Amino acid sequence: MGQYEAVIGLEVHVELKTKSKIFCGCPTEFGGEPNTHVCPICLGLPGVLPVLNKKVLEYAIKAGLAINCSIAEFSKFDRKNYFYPDLTKAFQTSQFDLPIAEHGHLDINVNGEIRRIGITRLHMEEDAGKLTHQGETISSSLSSLADYNRAGVPLVEIVSEPDLRSAEEAKAYLEMLKAIIEYIDVSDVKMEQGSLRCDANISIRPVGSKELGTRTEVKNLNSFRSVQRAIEYEIQRQIDQVEEGERIIQETRTWDENKGVTLSLRSKEEAHDYRYFPEPDLTPLVISRDWVEELKNGLPELPEAKKLRLIADHGLPEYDAGVITSSRTLADFYDKTVSLHADYKGISNWIMVELLKLLNAENMEISESKISPEGLAKMLKMIENNTISGKIAKQVFEEMFNTGKDPEAIVKEKGLVQISDEGQINAIVEQVIANNPKSVEDFKAGKEKSIGFLVGQIMKETKGQANPGVVNKLLKDKLNEL
Amino acid sequence: MELSTIHGLRDLLANREISAEELTNQALEKIEKIDDKIKAFVTVTKDEAIQVAREIDQKRRKGESLGPLSGIPMALKDNMCTEGIKTTCSSKILYNFIPPYSAKVYEKLLGAGSILLGKTNMDEFAMGSSTENSGFFPTRNPWDLNCVPGGSSGGSAAAVASGEAVFALGSDTGGSIRQPASFCGVVGLKPTYGAVSRYGLIAYASSLDQIGPFTRDVTDCALVMNAIAGHDSFDSTSAAVDYPDYTSFLSNDIKGMRIGIPQEYFGEGIEPEVEAKIREAINKLEELGAVVEECSLPHTQYALPAYYIIAPAECSSNLARYDGVRYGLRAEDADDIISMFSRTRNQGFGIEVKRRIMLGTYALSSGYYDAYYLKALKVRNLVKQDFDLAFEKFDCLLTPTAPSVAFEFGSKADTLAMYKQDVCTIPINLAGIPALSLPYGLVNNKPVGLQLVGKAFGEGTLLRVAYTLEQNSEQTRLEPSLEGVK
Repeated sequence: MGQYEAVIGLEVHVELKTKSKIFCGCPTEFGGEPNTHVCPICLGLPGVLPVLNKKVLEYAIKAGLAINCSIAEFSKFDRKNYFYPDLTKAFQTSQFDLPIAEHGHLDINVNGEIRRIGITRLHMEEDAGKLTHQGETISSSLSSLADYNRAGVPLVEIVSEPDLRSAEEAKAYLEMLKAIIEYIDVSDVKMEQGSLRCDANISIRPVGSKELGTRTEVKNLNSFRSVQRAIEYEIQRQIDQVEEGERIIQETRTWDENKGVTLSLRSKEEAHDYRYFPEPDLTPLVISRDWVEELKNGLPELPEAKKLRLIADHGLPEYDAGVITSSRTLADFYDKTVSLHADYKGISNWIMVELLKLLNAENMEISESKISPEGLAKMLKMIENNTISGKIAKQVFEEMFNTGKDPEAIVKEKGLVQISDEGQINAIVEQVIANNPKSVEDFKAGKEKSIGFLVGQIMKETKGQANPGVVNKLLKDKLNEL
Repeated sequence: MELSTIHGLRDLLANREISAEELTNQALEKIEKIDDKIKAFVTVTKDEAIQVAREIDQKRRKGESLGPLSGIPMALKDNMCTEGIKTTCSSKILYNFIPPYSAKVYEKLLGAGSILLGKTNMDEFAMGSSTENSGFFPTRNPWDLNCVPGGSSGGSAAAVASGEAVFALGSDTGGSIRQPASFCGVVGLKPTYGAVSRYGLIAYASSLDQIGPFTRDVTDCALVMNAIAGHDSFDSTSAAVDYPDYTSFLSNDIKGMRIGIPQEYFGEGIEPEVEAKIREAINKLEELGAVVEECSLPHTQYALPAYYIIAPAECSSNLARYDGVRYGLRAEDADDIISMFSRTRNQGFGIEVKRRIMLGTYALSSGYYDAYYLKALKVRNLVKQDFDLAFEKFDCLLTPTAPSVAFEFGSKADTLAMYKQDVCTIPINLAGIPALSLPYGLVNNKPVGLQLVGKAFGEGTLLRVAYTLEQNSEQTRLEPSLEGVK
């Protein structure tokens, strides 16, 4: 990249997980047969009027507070007018010049450096319906099917300042934003289900320049990976363009995941004039300071604060604390387990190594696995009181992960209980010594290493269930007696 | 049973001197007999009406409790949604639209026991002052079939004036209840913005639209208001205030009441004979003990231009949903989505609707918003302030309702001349306050209307003044001969 610097801002749409839609009582549930979660209001039939769902306002204020915004005392809705068949009223009820929250920021950590990313605004709006074209595009199709189940599902749009300088920073910002929204529990923030959506505004400029270059807006970023790849591609495309002496055209581009390129959608000249004006069917919002204060006090501990606490109070390494607090479900799992069994580092290790390994292998969220904090805590206690060995515990853990069974039941069922009985182990020790005279001789000759082989043989004979401490002690005693 | 009132019929019904079914049949027969000339109705709901009437009669026989308007046949302007009954806004674009839900006012009237005779004709999407802009056919004035009934609620006004319906509801965005009430010689009230739920009223200009009654006298106006006014949680702009019993204001006494006469509503543009009639009414009020004084509403002249920015701006957005995708007309010869939109709208909307959509689209366009829409909002505030100041001094104001009596078809072909029909009524919508049109005498055998204007939620004062005038002057009770239709 050398002499160029990228300037990136993200527009993130977050679907709020209220039970009902923003202006009517229809359910917001994902899925459902087409056009079954609809009523005259979200269908925009002639004569209907909107009534704001107060939960939407509450969630938007919470989200605004969590990303350090100031909450407006006076806010209003506006109409964004454009024709498209997924809009039932031919306008989207949104917020234009008086959004509910403004002037926030997020601190992100990229390669050990903390960067503060400004947040311009957060506003409320309604989602549109979903079109399924019978051909490639709406213009090349003879018909399109419209499903309005999603029409009127509440969204907040969070617009960042153009403070991001690389695809990596953009990804870190998005991950932090997702974690925060997940923590305050106002959205499922699942990119693959569309409850978290992201558009990127990208421009380049010579390093040191203060002026902003002409930007393009890249849409259709459906995963964290595509956000990073699309931004990387678009930055390089713009640099190549400029290097070739061409100008960047202000336009909207779409990310083609399969081809790994961005493609032009429409230029600025074709851009809509949305003719925003205040929504006359909704009265302006006057937000009481007491309510804002109440919501602020009710916010849970956010990821950054939690991370610092786990480092300071639980003695976790910074990396581990960062990973555990990066998602609310993981952090909750840690918290719950810790409350049952206060072995911070032990629990952290089991999460960092075994749990994440299994989750990644299955490409699962922790909520989809069957493991419970109770199960993990119980299993750790079984290790501590020598019921099972650490090695056996890995088997038990995997079984809990897959079946959700109680660790004691698993151990009993599979006969995995640790053998600590000296008489029982002694018999095996004697047998292994008798069967491996060469190793015994090596040991006598001073080759300390060969004891490891003998231990391995004993563990093999006991299917790994022998208590390693007892095995070591008895073996050494026996060898010394010889 | 010619030209009966709600309060008169109510007693006959209660005493079982007439049944709801008989009354409904009489109304339906009358519609059958004269409506091919008047053309007040777009849809007549004969079977449904008789069905409902029978149910009410049965309830009465069983001694079950009955709503206050039980058995009274009425009509609704065709921009109020009626579940299962075609609701067209007199527009080709909604020629086949059958709503799956009902407007709040219709639910309330049904709950009060009222019987729907049908849906009345209007200027398409309530845009116009003569009902000539109906996408289907014009309505004629029962007083003179060569004249318009006024508009946009011309069908409702004509239905009540001709005795087809006992009362009717209309909607008023810039005068669409009061001006036709004036032209047809009936009582018309535009309530305070927010006093009657707009849920289910097909929007023209949301911040100005308000539903109100057409009745044959002031008492009926209060009775209908009792049935339709009130807070509605389905309408965010509905006012959560205490709503009075409107009949409690019907006292024959205005002694000491202070009435302002805004000079801007008289003189140029107002027909001298109309003004003379209004002056007669003023004298009568003074005789009856009111304190009458001239006053000024200095921003009146800016109200009309401000209205023709705000209303079209809102309409351009409100009417955008008629795109042929989900209901109503869809052009058949389209080759892609854009041409489907534009052909549907081109075929479905009439010229006045198109004119206002274009006006509004322009006024909201980027680069013009501040100069037009924002400025119009500021003017709106000034107009409102004028009224606020006046009401510090006066209990109500009195003006002509319209500059003229009913005019002949086609005589206001000039768009601006037609727009000026609403010069006396538009400022009231901008201010969101109530106003009532009361018949007061005839000019060339056509009714004149006077307009009483009150402060927000001051409908009671208007009813009291109108009732007192009605009790003391024959000029307020007008009945067309209906010679042309017999």
